[in-house]
Amino acid sequence: MKHVISAVVVNQPGVLAQISGMLASRAYNIDSLAVGETENPEFSRITFVVSGTDRTLDQVRKQLEKLIPVVRVVDFANREFVERDLMLMKVSACAVKRAEVKELVEIFRGNIVDVASNHVMIEISGKEQKLEAFIDLMRPFGILEMVRTGRIALLRSNEENVDIAERAAHEDPTAAA
Amino acid sequence: MTGADILVEALIRNGGKYMFAYPGGASMPLHQALLKRGDQLRTILPRHEQGGGFAAQGVSRSTDGIGMCMATSGPGATNLVTALADAKMDSIPIVAVTGQVSQAVIGTDAFQETPIIEISRAITKHSFMITANDHTDPDSVREALLSIPRIVKEAFFIAKSGRPGPVLIDFPKNIQTASIEVDDIDWDPAMKLPGYRPLHRKPIPEQIKQSLAAIRRSKRPILYVGGGVINANAAEELTAFAKKSNIPVTMTVMGLGAFPGDDPQSLHFLGMHGTAYSNYAINEADLLLAFGVRFDDRVTGKLDEFAMHGKIIHVDIDASEIHKNKEAHIPVVADVKDFLVALNEAFTEEDKPDTADWWKQINEWRAKYPMSYNQSDDWIYQQYAVDEFWRQTKDQDTYVAVGVGQHQMWAAQFYKFRKARRWLSSSGLGTMGFGLPAAMGVAAANPGKLVVDIDGDGSLLMNIQELATLHCEKLPVKILLLNNQHLGMVVQWEDRFMEGRRAHTYLGPIDHPEALGHGDGTIGDTYPNFVEIARGFGLEAAQVREKKDYPAALNKMLTSKGPYLLDVICPYQEHVLPMIPGGKTVRDMILK
Repeated sequence: MKHVISAVVVNQPGVLAQISGMLASRAYNIDSLAVGETENPEFSRITFVVSGTDRTLDQVRKQLEKLIPVVRVVDFANREFVERDLMLMKVSACAVKRAEVKELVEIFRGNIVDVASNHVMIEISGKEQKLEAFIDLMRPFGILEMVRTGRIALLRSNEENVDIAERAAHEDPTAAA
Repeated sequence: MTGADILVEALIRNGGKYMFAYPGGASMPLHQALLKRGDQLRTILPRHEQGGGFAAQGVSRSTDGIGMCMATSGPGATNLVTALADAKMDSIPIVAVTGQVSQAVIGTDAFQETPIIEISRAITKHSFMITANDHTDPDSVREALLSIPRIVKEAFFIAKSGRPGPVLIDFPKNIQTASIEVDDIDWDPAMKLPGYRPLHRKPIPEQIKQSLAAIRRSKRPILYVGGGVINANAAEELTAFAKKSNIPVTMTVMGLGAFPGDDPQSLHFLGMHGTAYSNYAINEADLLLAFGVRFDDRVTGKLDEFAMHGKIIHVDIDASEIHKNKEAHIPVVADVKDFLVALNEAFTEEDKPDTADWWKQINEWRAKYPMSYNQSDDWIYQQYAVDEFWRQTKDQDTYVAVGVGQHQMWAAQFYKFRKARRWLSSSGLGTMGFGLPAAMGVAAANPGKLVVDIDGDGSLLMNIQELATLHCEKLPVKILLLNNQHLGMVVQWEDRFMEGRRAHTYLGPIDHPEALGHGDGTIGDTYPNFVEIARGFGLEAAQVREKKDYPAALNKMLTSKGPYLLDVICPYQEHVLPMIPGGKTVRDMILK
């Protein structure tokens, strides 16, 4: 089972190393990991795709929550969310093939962002299945190089819109519930 | 005021009383600062940083305070690593400070530079580095200096709250030596830990109600309690609950002392080398009150078959322990003390389970499989040595630290702890060499109390240098050395599972027949000469070989004033029993 897990963390040096180190030392399988600042520069959001049994995933969440710089962890399983993955890809395309590639890129709502004599660079984003389908279509042309950001995701509902990070920053850690 | 002075002042203001610190290039300013505050904070010089780390644990394990240790950068810092890992495994709060090279040279492979934060990340609860964002900018350095009281406050809070653990502060030398006006410092700043809410979780009334219902309905309940009860200072509440409910109590090795060991309601400890009757009882139990325990493999053996018939009420402050190894029927994430207080308040006579048949069964097991040992010949069997030690010290408030191996298990089996925080054992990590330095920390923090390190000859040698600390710092630790010239626990496994082949488990010269297991089974001259070694370090010492001489020799040590080593020559053929081999079940228990 694959789950998308999202963690809000304090934006401080070493936090990514701490998290990836913990996941590695406990032998969890991480398919992808993407990190970037949130709306509040004091915090970053890390999106993981993790595979494992429900028990493993429960442990991943709890072990993440245990790390001091981790403010909040949400497992997106069974919840409504939007996910995206961004990919850059160089595809071999001589002048004859270029039109065919261009047509497929348009169908997939991608962009050709660079053109050279014998290849083009494509930018495409979307859900994982869409990117996988696109990769399959491009294979016959010859994929020279590609890179992906890994999945990022946000919940659809309003419930998470409260500025969790902001709120947490002003709470007293010694306070009881 | 320099950065080093600010740090030391902050340690004192947060309750730090004992610092085990070994100086070096990157920590000298800190030692100068410690020197100035010797009236408030006792600094003890261990003879190895690992010893200092274990001594800090000795303070934390034997008191409600937080032990501290300090080392210089590079090798000083890496020598602390084992003590940090040990504290992490056993959830012991310590604050470790390491000097670090100046920020200007960090990352250049400077002399005695190691990235100790990176090295220790997985084995600390948290770590801090006191740095300036731009070390060339005076404002930035000033900001770093001003952050020190907050960092120290956070370090102490994190170490002790929630599930306790070791916290490391790495302190580059340029900030140690920079200074600001003392009036500018806020000594009690607000903490900035947005991700840390250890006190949030409280037991809810519904969980207490459910627990009471499960207890009331149970026929064969058992209290299975561990280090969490000790850490929560909940021994009193636990004992009160056990007495009210008349439920048998078994403890983990970490939990010894949570309930009086010589009370008939105690089944003593469970697991691989626990009592047979505690293992039978937990196997047959229909309800486990698992308080502050983590279902460790040394307790459970084969997980699927552990306590198969029992419902589980699992109370732990660490949410990640719940359902980790065993699914809990009533999971409670809370401080076990809060839970026990609530449980005791709600518990009425009607909730008391009918355990008459259960006790009858348990007492049959106890009669059939008592803890026993060979008392017939003239050898000083290790079990006897501990048993006699128990008899001589039971009415005295005695602290016992141990190394790791057979002697550790025999100490656990035959010493009966009446109070919490009197037993110090490296249980999770199983670090040989733990006993002597840990005892040293106990002696520093509990002056006037009897502190005994029961050790093995293998373990003792691993931190033997700390004998110098005992002498020089006037720490009157007694060392009861159970010397069998072998790595006894490994020998036991060789005997049981590897046809008795000796593979580097004899501790004397390699040309001695015993090195290959071809000796005649007696112990002649021993190696090394521990008595001479101890005397060389300035301790009193004696060797005892015959059973008839042991009680007096022991008494002489226990009534001596200063540190003392008693070298007790024991047989190596003796096995720690009972034993449930790793990954096996109670049905595979070896009794003979």
